[in-house]
Amino acid sequence: MSTTSTILPKDEAAAQGELNVQINGTWHRFAPGTRIADACNTVGAHVPCFCYHPKLAIAGSCRMCLVEQGMPPRLAPGQEPSYDAQGYQPLQWMPRAIIACANTVSENMGIRTTGNITAEARRGVLEFLLSNHPLDCPICDQAGECKLQEYSSDYGSGTSRFQEEKTKKGKNIDLGPRVNLDQERCVLCHRCVRFMRDIVGEEVLGAVGRGSNCAISCYPGLKLDSNYSLNTVDLCPVGALTSKDFRFKMRVWFLKSTPSIDVNCGTGSNISIWSREQEIYRLTPRQNDQVNSCWMPDSHRLNYKYINAEERILNPTVRTDIGAPQRESTWDACLKLSAEQLQKCEASKTAIIVSARMTNEELYLVRALAKQLGIKEIASVSRKGKSDGMLISADGNPNTTGEQMIIAEKATALEGICSGIKSGRITALLALGEDITAEAGLSADNIKNLDYLLTLAHSKNGTTELADVTLPGVTFAEKYGTMINVTGRIQRLNQAIEPIGNSRDDWSILRDLIILLGSEDEKLAALKSARDLVTIMADEFAAMAGLTWGSIGNDGKAIISTGVTIPLIEREQASK
Amino acid sequence: MSDTSNPIEALAAHHDSPGEPFYPKFATSPKLIKEAKKLVALYPEGKAQSAVLPIIHLVQKQFGFISDESQQWIAEMCKSSVIHVAGVVSFYPGIHRKCPGKNHVRVCRTLSCALGGGEEMFALLCDKMGIDTKSMSDDEPVGISADGIWSIEAVECLANCGFGPNVMVNDKLYSQVGEAKIDEIIAAHSN
Ligand code: SF4
Ligand code: SF4
Repeated sequence: MSTTSTILPKDEAAAQGELNVQINGTWHRFAPGTRIADACNTVGAHVPCFCYHPKLAIAGSCRMCLVEQGMPPRLAPGQEPSYDAQGYQPLQWMPRAIIACANTVSENMGIRTTGNITAEARRGVLEFLLSNHPLDCPICDQAGECKLQEYSSDYGSGTSRFQEEKTKKGKNIDLGPRVNLDQERCVLCHRCVRFMRDIVGEEVLGAVGRGSNCAISCYPGLKLDSNYSLNTVDLCPVGALTSKDFRFKMRVWFLKSTPSIDVNCGTGSNISIWSREQEIYRLTPRQNDQVNSCWMPDSHRLNYKYINAEERILNPTVRTDIGAPQRESTWDACLKLSAEQLQKCEASKTAIIVSARMTNEELYLVRALAKQLGIKEIASVSRKGKSDGMLISADGNPNTTGEQMIIAEKATALEGICSGIKSGRITALLALGEDITAEAGLSADNIKNLDYLLTLAHSKNGTTELADVTLPGVTFAEKYGTMINVTGRIQRLNQAIEPIGNSRDDWSILRDLIILLGSEDEKLAALKSARDLVTIMADEFAAMAGLTWGSIGNDGKAIISTGVTIPLIEREQASK
Repeated sequence: MSDTSNPIEALAAHHDSPGEPFYPKFATSPKLIKEAKKLVALYPEGKAQSAVLPIIHLVQKQFGFISDESQQWIAEMCKSSVIHVAGVVSFYPGIHRKCPGKNHVRVCRTLSCALGGGEEMFALLCDKMGIDTKSMSDDEPVGISADGIWSIEAVECLANCGFGPNVMVNDKLYSQVGEAKIDEIIAAHSN
């Protein structure tokens, strides 16, 4: 066809700053600089990789991602390029495969991920990897989420030709306080080495030895003890690095993963909660390039044991008389009693301490409760600490931004309440989601000054011991809700397990109490889930305008600009 | 803890050798530091790690082998990590983690030397130097005589394939080595 009168695809793509690439026979467009592996994966042509990880420096060492590449023929001097009917140049296929991770796309490139050359290359790579591999998947903790296992079943040969003795290496090596190493299962992808060197900046891991004796190691005396060490376990494509906390506790195929967020600090790292029936087995980071990249700190990852702990409060407890012992009650009776007692409290002598660990929905209902009771004094406990320069925020509360938006308390409110309790000006207190004997600055003796103390808590603590009424709420893993992180991003918590025992989702406790106190808000009465509160709140708060539970999505949405940034994300974006 | 002996410990362990009295114990000196800095300066700014291998050679030449302390020092000089240095050291069989003898003998075992009788020369050399061939293995490629005067190691090529069997003593190459020449070689280095 005549090419002079029509626009060629290459010019069309160039005008948009893109390149034409043919993948398995179909033409696609990609931005310049896209890695071939990423390009293929985004259009559904899966490229298997061990060593490649989009957040780490390229190693190009595992050779698993070999694909076939074609380019237009080199032109002789003076020769004009030829174009096919669609306007593309013909492709000449290279007789050998190239790696898809370390090469980027270019104009009029062709890639084939299927066919004999790639199939044979993949089979060969796997045969080499398996030649010295222990092959004991049934007793390997990685089984079920192991790349080597997956790829062997997808691309391997199924039989072994290896007759020799397998190399022996170190087993069950104590690499650090939280990570275990099996050198025989390692495929030497160096992901762990690159992560520790480039992301954490502590070069404690390396590969020693050569050939089939090569193994990952620390130097004697050094430990893999960074607070980010467990990310190497996530990165490890095989069962070489395993988490001491999780290994051999549960086969991964029995686990359900629920997308949620970390509630240990203001960053709100995106996580997956892995549960089976009513038990949580592990938390892992979930990729969100605006919040936590692909990582999370160990200290936050391992802080889930309290969910299934003995200390959980399984039933509402009440004290029917001053000085009487606390006894377990039912929800109906307990809520009714609480409402009666609260109505007797004088509003001017009553205060509320809320928690910036609560979700926006819960805080919204706390505010409604305060209004219903006419309580003016309301404060939260701040948790200012130090950022670790990576992902841990200086703010130890996960939802300070939301709390400020909804409750908008005075800066000195907490001190006012505390001194009020000490002086006897305040005689009744609602401690919602906070143990006031811990960080609020109140002693048990101060609290005994109170005539009435109602608390909402998921686990036994100093406050529940003294409380007249304890309403058992739930932990982050048992509820839906939203929080706004330090950067002003609203993110969702999803329910992974049902409330433990007879505990109840906090929002519904608050809602029922408000109604029992005489609220006639029909919208509240009709609520079925905390998720629906997002829509109600969207009408009230400008920052949330137009938001629904669904539109927030699993990645969250930036809704407020706080000017606060996350150091690790800053660095990652600067290096792009 | 570990099921098997922890191979990590071996990376820094000291291996006693009768050759040790013939080499100075590793210690840094202004001269050594100056030489190392000169090597680092050969590479572009920020690429000090590239000097790991040349500095390893420098240390091995003076002290006979790469000890735990020298690995730490090399890492420091190259702004690298000790595990990286250990990785390089353990990669090359020519870099020794155990002190060789006063005279270190390399015998080629690759094709043309082997065809010319290199293997027999190796056995003969061991015999005459008082080295037990059974003390050598893949993990322990260097054999050392009890008096520490001699050590031997099979190498892959001495770049003189036309004139095998080739044997190198310290930095001196001997070619077409036969039984008679072995006595000469030993005599030449014995004093
Ligand atoms: S690392 Fe993977 S392939 Fe190897 S034994 Fe474990 S599950 Fe099987
Ligand atoms: S231990 Fe795991 S992550 Fe590290 S090199 Fe081996 S396979 Fe890769």
